[in-house]
This record gives sequence, C-alpha cells and structure tokens, in this order.
Amino acid sequence: MNVIYLDNNATTRTAPEVLEEMLPYFCEQYGNPSSMHSFGGNVGARLRQAREQIARLINADPDEIIFTSCGTESDNTAIWAALASQPDKRHIVSSKVEHPAVKNLCEHLAGKGYRITFVPVDRNGRLDMDYFYDHLTPDTALVTIMWANNETGVIFPIEKIAEFLNERNIVFHTDAVQAIGKIPIDIHSTGVDFLSLSGHKLHGPKGVGALYVRKGTKFSPFLIGGHQERGRRGGTENTASIIGLGRACEFVADHMEEENTRVRFLRDKLETQLTTRISHMRINGDRSQRLPNTTSVGFDYVEGESILLLMNELGICASSGSACTSGSLEPSHVLRAMGVPFTSAHGSIRFSLSVYNTETEIDFVIDKLPAIIERLRELSPFWKRS
Amino acid sequence: MWEYSEKVKDHFLHPRNVGIIENADGVGEVGNLACGDALTLYIKLDKNERIKEAKFQTFGCASAIASSSALTELIKGKTLEEAANISNDDIARFLGGLPKEKMHCSVMGRDALEKAIANYRGQPVERIKGKIVCECFGITDVEIERVIRENHLISIEEVTDYVKAGGGCGKCHDQIQAIIDSVTGTRHPAPRELKRLTNIQKIKLIESTLDREIRPSLRQDGGDVELIDVEGDNVIVKLHGACATCRISHITLKDYVEKKLREIVTPELVVVEEEP
Repeated sequence: MNVIYLDNNATTRTAPEVLEEMLPYFCEQYGNPSSMHSFGGNVGARLRQAREQIARLINADPDEIIFTSCGTESDNTAIWAALASQPDKRHIVSSKVEHPAVKNLCEHLAGKGYRITFVPVDRNGRLDMDYFYDHLTPDTALVTIMWANNETGVIFPIEKIAEFLNERNIVFHTDAVQAIGKIPIDIHSTGVDFLSLSGHKLHGPKGVGALYVRKGTKFSPFLIGGHQERGRRGGTENTASIIGLGRACEFVADHMEEENTRVRFLRDKLETQLTTRISHMRINGDRSQRLPNTTSVGFDYVEGESILLLMNELGICASSGSACTSGSLEPSHVLRAMGVPFTSAHGSIRFSLSVYNTETEIDFVIDKLPAIIERLRELSPFWKRS
Repeated sequence: MWEYSEKVKDHFLHPRNVGIIENADGVGEVGNLACGDALTLYIKLDKNERIKEAKFQTFGCASAIASSSALTELIKGKTLEEAANISNDDIARFLGGLPKEKMHCSVMGRDALEKAIANYRGQPVERIKGKIVCECFGITDVEIERVIRENHLISIEEVTDYVKAGGGCGKCHDQIQAIIDSVTGTRHPAPRELKRLTNIQKIKLIESTLDREIRPSLRQDGGDVELIDVEGDNVIVKLHGACATCRISHITLKDYVEKKLREIVTPELVVVEEEP
C-alpha cells in the first residue's frame, strides 16, 4: 500500500540530498571537530559551513547560531537564559496555544514562583493583541510566543510584537519550529532576541535543532560542559546531523516558492473540495494568515481517532486534536483556546503537506474521505438527530 | 499509536449490530459529545425475556466502537438475568484486552446495558447516585467506588483509565485517593513524629517555601520578602516594595508568612522583621 503522508507538521521526510551529505560523516570523516589534527579539524570546517547555511535561511550572522539537539532544547535554552540574565524579574508572557515545549515549561516555572500570563486567542486562533499589550509590566522578564501554530498553521504578528518589545527592552523568544522553511523569515529586520528551529520539520534529520541568539543578547548555557559552541552549549557536536540540518536549510530555501504556490494550491484544493463534499464541517483558524501547508478541519458528530484509523487503512497519514489521540482525556488545548465546540474538536483532523505531495495524492484523499466520515456518522447516535 | 488487538480492529472495522431498533423493549444511553464518547444501546426481547436482538450507535474512538460491538455480541441470546452479570472486564476480555487507557470504553458498554435493562423493567431513570467527585467528567463517588471494587484498582491513574475521573484538571485526586483507601482498607499511618530538621534542612525548606508559596502572592500586591537569617526558631526577614511601607505588614507577617512557614516547615517557627 502506498503511504500518503500528510502529517508534515509532526515530522518530514529527510530529503535524499540531505542524507547524502550526512553519510560520509559516520564511517569516514568521523573526527571530532574540536581535535587538533586536521582529520577532526576538517569536520569543524564543515560545521562552519552548516552554520552559515542555517544563518543564511533566516538572514542571521553565523555567530548567532547555536546547534542544539532539538526544538525543545532550543526553547528551554532560550527561556532559561532569558530568566537567568534578569534574576530580579519574575513575570513571563506567553500564549495559550504554545507547543508543549514552551507551555509545559512555563507551567513548571509557575510552580517556581514565576507569574505567567497566557495571552488568549480569538475564534480564528489570532492572538488577542490588546490583551497582550495590557499585560506587559515592568516585571516582565520574557515574552515567548510561537511564530506559527503547529495545529492550525495560524501565523502570529511576530515582527510587530518584536518591534513593540524592543522599544521597551523586553526579551523576546519565538518558537519558529513550524514557520521556518515554510514562510520567508528575515530575522535581522525584526527585534527578535531568541528563535528556535528544528531539523526534522524542514526535511532534515531528527535529533538536531538550532537556536538563534541575537548578538548582544545576554546568554547563559543550558547544557554546561566543554567549550563547544564557544561555551554556549556543551557536548560533542552531532556532526552528521548538523551538516544535514545545514543542507536542509538550503533545501527549504530552494523550495520556498513552490511551498507557497504549488503546496498552497494543493492545501486549498483539499479544503475547498472537502467542504463541498462533506456537510457539517469547519476549518479551524484564520485562513488569511496561515502557513501554506496546514489545514485543521473539524467534522461534527464523529471522533478523530476513528477517522485517523479508517484513513490509516488506506495509507493516509494525518493527525487529530481529539482527546483519544492526545494521550489525555481532553481535546487539544489549541482548539479549546479558540473556543471550537466539543462536537467539532473531538472530530478535528490536521492535514499538513510538503513539497513531496502530489495532486494525485490529494485527489485520492478528496475521493475517499467523504465515505469515511459518512460511515462513522452512520454509527453515531448524534448524527440523525441533528 | 494505540496497540489494539486484532479483535478490537476487527470489531472497529466491521462493527456488528449497528443501528436502531424502532420498537425496542429497552434503550440505554450513556456518555455525551463533550466527553468524546457516547453509546446508545437498543435491546429487543422474546417472550422468555431472552435478548433476541441488540443494536447500537456509538460516537467515539476505535475501542469505543469495538466495545459496543462486542457488547451486542455478548448479550444476544442471553436472558436478562445472564446479561445483567456481564462486567466491563468480560467486554474487554471478549476483545482480547484493551489498552489500559481505554478501559473506560468497556465500562461505558456495561453502563449502557444496565440502563437498557432498567429501562425495560420500567425503573425510573435514576438520578445521579452519589455526589460528584470529578467535575470535569461528572463522575460520582458511587461510580468510582464501584469500578475500584469490581476491577481491583489501586491507583488514581487506574481510576482515570476506567471511568475518566481525575483525567481533567486533577483537583479531585485527593478525593479519589480517599475512596481507593476506604475500599482497599488502606489506612495511612498517622502522621509520624516529624524528625527534627537539621539547621541546613530547615533553612533550605524555609527558603523554598518563601520562593514557592509566599513571594509569588506578595508580589502580586507589589510587595516582597527577603530572608535575612535563621536563628534557632526565629526567622528574620526583611520586607520590600509595597510591604515595606504597608501599615498592616505585621499582620501579613504573622497571619500569612508565619502561618505558611509553620504549616510547611515546623510549627515552632516565629517570624520577625529585621531591626532597621
């Protein structure tokens, strides 16, 4: 059975050209970049190139890039560093729809004596900017708000927030794991202090990420150890994966236009065709400010896990915000923050595309999904009554 | 991804006895849309009160659908007496087991069956028995106690897996633990004599209590407190911000700071303000 992979916000296929660049760094050029001999030093030179490739994608300086092990480590590093540099301030502003890497850390910090403001979103998943402005205080040490939401694809006005915070000297971190590679980002034109990104969301390998730290931003390391990363992150570099991440940044830069034209077209086609073929369906999130590859759709009166498993029988991979798939008993915190009714939140499905998807695949889903929803609705005690 | 047995997959992909019985003898409805799963069971009896037909409609995940399907297969051909003895565990076993997080699906099946039988016998729709313990999912102490007894549950996590109680905000965990303790006859030993804290332990505990419990709320009012020293049971502090100039700061010190420290660290503590 062919796999139709529409779960690219969960993880992406490592691009073959990325893997190809990585392979020599396991069995052949396995030297330690910190070594004095040129066998290791050559790898060090290759890491410098990877750092430049990452910096180029977001228009940063190579010196402003720190390699990490994942997006979560980047987030944790940035947040702890911002707090450590301002021990007298005890207030953090975040949003209600952050990824667990930020949300759960903020909740953890709340138990350590920090006061956290979670800025709400409206029905379309847009940040409540008035609420945000109103809740900044002289005690605010850090604002941490994602660039784009992983479940709905809604893009937040990061440039605007950064400009506002810059004027007030408030440190700003953004988790840009979902945005990087999907929309153009020019970090130097914004006042963002910290930015997190992850390799496996942009056709790089898993287990590698990076953190952008604006020059002049106060920093303290999260992993303390050797002098790697100029003392900013201890631990021998994951050389092959870092080199893969560098190449992946080039890959997404090369495909940025395609992502925003062809992939967007496929996503839009999927949405509009499903909407005409299936009743009682809604699209979650602001359709005008959204990543080109993501759509979150809610089907009333049916449950997400059942939809996923029936799609799985046909090789279609997606994900759901339903309670049964979240590992908890409650549906997605993002959809609940948006006030999506329970009827629809339990039956929500996220499709996230990539440049590897074809129109044939999308047509297949458009063809098969209506019957799946109908089959489950026939089973549902709420359907006929509605 | 859940690890479902082949039988669960089979009953999910090919559910038996789906539908409605128009002139059913008994109907049982459980769950609702907000909870994420719901089941309506219909039964039709022959003249000997034997279930000759059973149908269901279910909104929910794969295991909810499979559990409903299994339930109808289990009860068909049984007398009401026999059917009434079917437990949630029988449903789970029929399916070759369920992931533990999904046991509540089998409990939902059993509940629907009980309601359908009660409906046939003309018993009034029971008002909710007991008092609500878990407000997130509307689960009562009676329901929790029953599932603990029938399935020999010993932890809060298991109770959540079976009836969802405690799976939301978590505020009811203490109450659930108390029910588990009363059913299993566990008595928590009376709080033992607290071992005397060493000076270092005491100071550390005072510090962390100030940081976690006390300072955040003082800060909300624009104040703060700093630990200067600990001499024996005397905790010497300095007030800052709004607290420093507040006329009722001595009340804050005694009624709030000292009370909290006595509660968490040791009851002998006395909080005093640093001499200027």
